[in-house]
Amino acid sequence: MNIVVCVKYVPDATADRQFESDNTVDRVGVDGLLSELDEYAVEQALQLKEKAGDDTVVTALCVGPEKGVDAVRKALQMGADKGVHVVDDAIAGSDAAATSLVLAKAIEKAGAEGKVDLVVCGMASTDGVMGILPAMLAERLDLPQVTLASVIETQGDQVRVKRDGDTATEVIGATMPLVLSVTDQSGEARYPSFKGIMAAKKKPLETWSLGDLGVDAGQVGLGAAWTAVEDTTARPPRTAGEIVKDEDGSGASALADFLASKKFI
Amino acid sequence: MSEVLVLIDHVDGAVRKPTYELLTIAKRLGEPSAVFIGSSSQGAEVAEKVKAYGAEKVYVVDDAQIKGYLVAPKAEALQQLAEKTSPAAILIPSTSEGKEVAARLSIKISSGLITDAVDVEADGSATQSVFAGNFTLKGKVTHGTPIITVKPNSAAPEQAEGAGAVEEFAATISDSAKKAQIVASQPRKSTGRPELTEAAIVVAGGRGTGGNFESVEGLADALGGAVGASRAAVDSGWIPHTFQIGQTGKTVSPQLYVATGISGAIQHRAGMQTSKTIVAVNKDEEAPIFELVDFGVVGDLHTVLPALTEEVTKRKG
Repeated sequence: MNIVVCVKYVPDATADRQFESDNTVDRVGVDGLLSELDEYAVEQALQLKEKAGDDTVVTALCVGPEKGVDAVRKALQMGADKGVHVVDDAIAGSDAAATSLVLAKAIEKAGAEGKVDLVVCGMASTDGVMGILPAMLAERLDLPQVTLASVIETQGDQVRVKRDGDTATEVIGATMPLVLSVTDQSGEARYPSFKGIMAAKKKPLETWSLGDLGVDAGQVGLGAAWTAVEDTTARPPRTAGEIVKDEDGSGASALADFLASKKFI
Repeated sequence: MSEVLVLIDHVDGAVRKPTYELLTIAKRLGEPSAVFIGSSSQGAEVAEKVKAYGAEKVYVVDDAQIKGYLVAPKAEALQQLAEKTSPAAILIPSTSEGKEVAARLSIKISSGLITDAVDVEADGSATQSVFAGNFTLKGKVTHGTPIITVKPNSAAPEQAEGAGAVEEFAATISDSAKKAQIVASQPRKSTGRPELTEAAIVVAGGRGTGGNFESVEGLADALGGAVGASRAAVDSGWIPHTFQIGQTGKTVSPQLYVATGISGAIQHRAGMQTSKTIVAVNKDEEAPIFELVDFGVVGDLHTVLPALTEEVTKRKG
């Protein structure tokens, strides 16, 4: 089986994230890392490989800035077999639609060397958190999408997942090749072992440019985006509220007074 | 004025509240046309509902070829409808399915997509809350037909009598859109409480509940609110994932958010930081949640909540 897992390099969600003057995400001033939600995708890809037990190859694919290679390396350390980093100055500022184009072309290129059976994605990135890329990718690749899976089962080329839909718990079934996205409910992601970290250094890691993918630079980047961010404003910090200690058991009535003053009761 | 397509959010023909919010927003942008993808036998009934919120037209797309499959067929139906009507914009509820339908539609019709809008102005500029609610962002679609997914509670639904003209629309669904099959679907049992994402008041419990949600539920019921939970409570198996508030759960923006036994990690804040009024009860006075609150009680939720519930019930008389 041939699995491609898409990994995004994002600014650390626990750091002080900022925007650049052109309203794009600051991807340089803040430390970056493999998006936490993509770790679940890597984990599920590795579990599928372990279960298949044959010559399954897991390729970690990242479209991102120079330092994005760190996200690929982390996936390799976790156990992915190969890495691909698509990096090109022209890509900076791309919206989700353009990113999905580059990813789709990269998956097609990877597929030319061996049919891709499964594209695995996280449920969303931790920076944009739009949660739309897997569907866009499925649309571009004309593949079925099996998204937001919390339990994944496979039998041969059949995939069956359980998911928490918006109003129902659902079971979705489809045949490979397909695009799969997994949630953080799918199971803890493993930490790279020392052995994994050492082994990752010897794993193949390719760098592709837009030219390698046959994508015209004019199709991507901030200028080609289908949406424009016109303004970014830091939310004013919340003004410090009143804190009382419930030492004498008066906390509840103090809180009730507050709720009444705001007309909630 | 051009049409603005609004995808109706419904469960088996029961129209959900965000639909009316979307119709209210659509009126700012043009002439609202509601799109009902469901059983055509329910079309007239649904049309009556959306007409009261300004729908001039109601396109009824029978879902016999659509409902058994995930996302792709709905995107195809909307694409065909968009090609027929050349709308000024397409508004879609910001549910996880809605966003994915919008995503596929965006690629199909080469049009920009803005997700999770909390407001949309007459000129089409949309407001979003990003980076765990730390930034407010304003943006516009600059290419194609603006597709905007809108979060619940983004507008107060305004009643307005529309013509509500029903038009059946026969969508052609390709075989390739019918490949991800919904094999089984178990509708979620109603809790009898308001829908979490739509509720005006949310009472949420975290690790500090120790797994006992009784007092959280009691307070929610006294206030007429919904129950939510932090990831810690969900991961401990105390409450189903569908109640989770935060980065990987639901995002809520109620009038009042009551955090109990929740420390307030960044991932949780991402799901509730834009709430109007925030109060918290937590034993640990160092808990980061207290940085966000309008009012906080440092104390044991197991004593404070029952006392508060009693107080609320008494005062409500």
